[in-house]
Amino acid sequence: MDIIIILQAGVASGTVLLFATLGGIFNERSGVMNLGLEGMMLIGAMTAFSTTVKTGNPWLGLILAMIAGGLLSQIHAFITITLQADQVVSGLALTFLGTGISLVLGEGLSKAGVISLLPVITIPLLSEIPFIGRIFFYNQSILVFLGYAMVPLCWWFINKTRPGLHLRAVGEYPAAADALGINVYRVRYFYVFIGGLFAGLAGATISLAISPGWFSELTTAGQGWIAIGLVIFSQWDPFRAMFGSYVFGALRRLILDIQGPAILFGMANPFYYNPYYGFFLQMLPYAFTIIVLVIGSKEAVKKRLGTPAALGIPYIRGQRGV
Amino acid sequence: MNQSTETLVKENVIEMRGITKRFPGVLANDHVDFDLRSGEIHALLGENGAGKSTLMNILAGLYKPDSGNILIHGKSVAFASPKDAIGAGIGMIHQHFMLVPSQTVTENILLGLNEPRFIMNLKMYDQNIVELGEKYGLPVDPKAKIWQLSVGEQQRVEILKMLYRGAEILIMDEPTAVLAPQEIEILFNTLHNMVGLGKSVIFISHKLHEVEQISDRLTVLRKGTVTAQGIEAKGVTRADLARLMVGRDIIFSLEKKPCNPGKPVIQVENVHCLNDKGLNSVNGVSFEVRSGEIVGIAGVAGNGQKELADVLTGLRKCSQGKIIIQGDDIANRNAKAGIRHGVSHIPEDRTHIGTAPNLSVTDNVIMKNYTKKPISKGWMLDTPSAEIYARELKDVYDIIVPSIDTPVRLLSGGNLQRVILAREISSEPTFLVAMQPTRGLDVGAIEGVQKLLLLQRDAGAAILLISEELEELISLSDRILVIYEGEIMGEVFDGNIDEIGLMMTGTRQNQLLKSGEIHEI
Amino acid sequence: MKSDTVVSRKSIFPFRVKFEQRISDVPKWYPIALSFAAVVVALLIGAIVLAVGGGNPWATYAHIARASFGSVGVFSDTLVKATPLILVGLACTVAFRMKLWNIGAEGQFFVGAFGASAVVLIPLLPETAPNWLFIIAMMLAGMFCGAIFGLIPGLLKAIFNVNEVISTLMLNYIAVAWNNFFIFAIWTEGGFQMSKVFPKNAWLPRLTDLGSEYPFFRGLTTHFGLIIAIIAAVILWYILNRSKWGYEIRLIGDNPKAANYAGIPIKKHIVLVMVVSGALAGLAGMSEISGVVHRLQGAISPGYGFTGIIVAWLAKLNPIAVIFVSILFGALILAGREIQPSGVPKMIQGVILVCLIASDFLIRYRVKIIRNSEEE
Repeated sequence: MDIIIILQAGVASGTVLLFATLGGIFNERSGVMNLGLEGMMLIGAMTAFSTTVKTGNPWLGLILAMIAGGLLSQIHAFITITLQADQVVSGLALTFLGTGISLVLGEGLSKAGVISLLPVITIPLLSEIPFIGRIFFYNQSILVFLGYAMVPLCWWFINKTRPGLHLRAVGEYPAAADALGINVYRVRYFYVFIGGLFAGLAGATISLAISPGWFSELTTAGQGWIAIGLVIFSQWDPFRAMFGSYVFGALRRLILDIQGPAILFGMANPFYYNPYYGFFLQMLPYAFTIIVLVIGSKEAVKKRLGTPAALGIPYIRGQRGV
Repeated sequence: MNQSTETLVKENVIEMRGITKRFPGVLANDHVDFDLRSGEIHALLGENGAGKSTLMNILAGLYKPDSGNILIHGKSVAFASPKDAIGAGIGMIHQHFMLVPSQTVTENILLGLNEPRFIMNLKMYDQNIVELGEKYGLPVDPKAKIWQLSVGEQQRVEILKMLYRGAEILIMDEPTAVLAPQEIEILFNTLHNMVGLGKSVIFISHKLHEVEQISDRLTVLRKGTVTAQGIEAKGVTRADLARLMVGRDIIFSLEKKPCNPGKPVIQVENVHCLNDKGLNSVNGVSFEVRSGEIVGIAGVAGNGQKELADVLTGLRKCSQGKIIIQGDDIANRNAKAGIRHGVSHIPEDRTHIGTAPNLSVTDNVIMKNYTKKPISKGWMLDTPSAEIYARELKDVYDIIVPSIDTPVRLLSGGNLQRVILAREISSEPTFLVAMQPTRGLDVGAIEGVQKLLLLQRDAGAAILLISEELEELISLSDRILVIYEGEIMGEVFDGNIDEIGLMMTGTRQNQLLKSGEIHEI
Repeated sequence: MKSDTVVSRKSIFPFRVKFEQRISDVPKWYPIALSFAAVVVALLIGAIVLAVGGGNPWATYAHIARASFGSVGVFSDTLVKATPLILVGLACTVAFRMKLWNIGAEGQFFVGAFGASAVVLIPLLPETAPNWLFIIAMMLAGMFCGAIFGLIPGLLKAIFNVNEVISTLMLNYIAVAWNNFFIFAIWTEGGFQMSKVFPKNAWLPRLTDLGSEYPFFRGLTTHFGLIIAIIAAVILWYILNRSKWGYEIRLIGDNPKAANYAGIPIKKHIVLVMVVSGALAGLAGMSEISGVVHRLQGAISPGYGFTGIIVAWLAKLNPIAVIFVSILFGALILAGREIQPSGVPKMIQGVILVCLIASDFLIRYRVKIIRNSEEE
């Protein structure tokens, strides 16, 4: 068990959660909650993998995965924005749909052999920084580096640009935005689409980089739901999302590695001597998500301005909302 | 105001011809004509539901008219969205401010514009906004977040938002509803200023005295049709206007028997509580209400009235103080404790708090007494007796509804208020908290509600009437307490509006007496 | 206030579609007809997807119908699949009535199965205990464990305002891992990933048990759980529609602020409803273990917990309707086992749910088709 390896792998597998969470942040900042992340991620993972198997080009797979996630998200957009249906139920429906479609189209894909993956790179100078260099800049998939770039970019976009200003306004007070000529429906459709792109990217990150392959529903194994918990924990802030995602990623790796050594912290390692205790370790990320939610929800209550005020409420012009 | 000779020369900046707008079940505007001249303040007058807001929402591009056309400077226009209207120089300031609370003044003003195109360098724009504010006498702090501002300041931001967009025509929808009398004066000065600088203002109101005071010309709407178009404000009497608005003479004062108060029903002692944001909003309020009297609470919106009503009815915890009713302290218990002690509550927000919109009329009227016999039968609900009860209330309180199974979201505002009144009054309350009971109702409905309240008073209920309509407070209440920033400023028995006004802006009654200011105004 | 036109498209067509908010109540038959139409549309969409995927949709659907309703034997199997669906559908119904999105029925189902098994495997009762005692003890244990898995998210929601969608979902994974631990480590039979078969005393009676007396029932696997499920549906209907508690749930579900204003303790009800919901799902797990599987193993649910969500929604949260909808979905699950690719039933379920929630729009809005030449 090497702490650097755990953290390095944590950053890698946390990148999946990071992309999904960033997508969720865009969704929710515009006032639309999308519980269908898991479904969109599965579609993304399946599309990326099958495209790469067929064409041998992982980059094409990546792009098609994002588009697939984006297209699926538009069903949710139509149902919740135009038809004003309940966002929770629609999100669930989207998960069913995404899971079902990816199982149907991904039939037999799990038997596909080795594919060419996205490149793994090491940054020459940065990787030599002690400790940090090994964790963040050594032997990581190019998508991990994309994650580093995305976080500040998203933060800057949301807080410092005009589209970001409009995004926040639509999520906080759609009637105000509408009165100034911002097309609330179009903005919401757009960011639900962006959320879909990110979810598709997250799915592709799994099947093309982090744990390559197609393992039907087990490909995502509930990471989409964990990401929804992380969105709340992040308080809709990309930097906090990054922190949360990497911690979760590291936790996943820790659970695998902790079962390895016979001696742990100078004691006999119970997980080594009875591997069945591993089932309790498997519960950890999910239990941890609940704890994270408790923390996030408490904070959301404390400073009420964190939550987009119009989250979950369909906008109907002329009706007094928030 | 303006000289009539001058007005004649002025050209029409806006002409609306034959505007018709139909909503499901309502003809909101029926061939309405309206025109606005440059440099005038034009009042648009009418009852609630007369179609004023609809007409102006059409002009502001929020709604599309079903038929009719709009001419600006003689050219026909068709607005697809508010953006088009703003582009044509028309800016609307809505009754509920269209400001994003978590964003700064500058961010709110820049919202929806194309300039700056992508990257927001707010510092530069902060300066522009301060300068614009100085020009029109509208001082603001550009870096402040909206939620930190007072209502009056927020209104300034709204006006600046439109001026920044180069609006030549400002539509103000009931701008005085949220202001104290003194703040209204300031607003009126600002409006005169702007007209002096060449802008035109449409002033929507249903308050006759304000219209008399500010407008050059006026247009009156009744039930979607025009009853007076563009008449000179000078020389029109209040009675004339009332007749144009309502279609008959309104009795300006209610018949009211002399007050005959009995024993104190509720004693409020030094109550403190927090608002939803966790800030102090009621700070040491004490008073009592006796049976058979109506005590009014006057104050500008947001000075702790809602929180006070919540605390008294058990919907909000108080951090300090006692609420004694029938010898029991009900502070920090729950709504149930209040209901058991005979507390009834007509909430300000009818649809969000007072009713369950998708449930039937029956389900809504039994909300407070479903745990009492005969509707309660063990752990079951006796459906037949609930229906008998609902039918009875429907007849007694004239609730117009196809059936008692109809979901209440399909009811009109007046009928919805009757459902709530029926429920709250039929329980024969010992203490009734009525918050804004007539807001948004038409004149006929207002009279009905006011009469019901007086009947309850005469039957011996203690009533606390919280309202922002000073005229209503004065005509109904036996005495009036004035609240400012969660504190009672003083008590008025004779309905002296100037005294109330000064207290509403934060002057204590004892200070007034000392300075002798009351007699000067 | 009124709402303006929601969608209006200017287009090359000589007419445009306009949606208007309804101002009067719809007739009673309308939502039912609409749900029916939504299912038909969903099946058509499913057919298109299948056709695009290279399959033969009509053969698939005909196969589903034959494999689930074709004979008494297969219909009996359909009822077996419908039994847990009814109970899980009821679990979702009671929670959804209060707009509590209990997505954890799957996990509650698993721990319910665990609880019922524990009675036999710990053992809490000797193998010779009478059948009725076993059944009652297993029902109570299953409901208790399910209730605990409802209680946790209920408390988290009531105290910390934790989003119940995610907490219940996370508990699903925890429940599966929990069961796996016992299946692999404690109750494993000879290293296989399953427990020993329960003694016959711990089985729910089946129709085939009557086969010696009534030959017609021979081989029919429909078990007593169906009766339990139907009784539960009737009781729940009565509670939700006729009791004070049912009224309170309705009120909270429609407008929590109004419920608070009426003096109803919302937090208490959140916890209570989640416990009841969890107990019902736990009962489903018990019924499946004791009536069908007769041992604890990993694969005991083809996603009953999730299908229950759709069942509840399609039944418009009416417990009696849940029974009939469950039979339909039982058929889909039964026939779906043989359909390739294996994701088809799940996809069809997803499409049905999407069409259903989309169709709700037409309850609130009227469609008007307007010719462009004439306005209005």
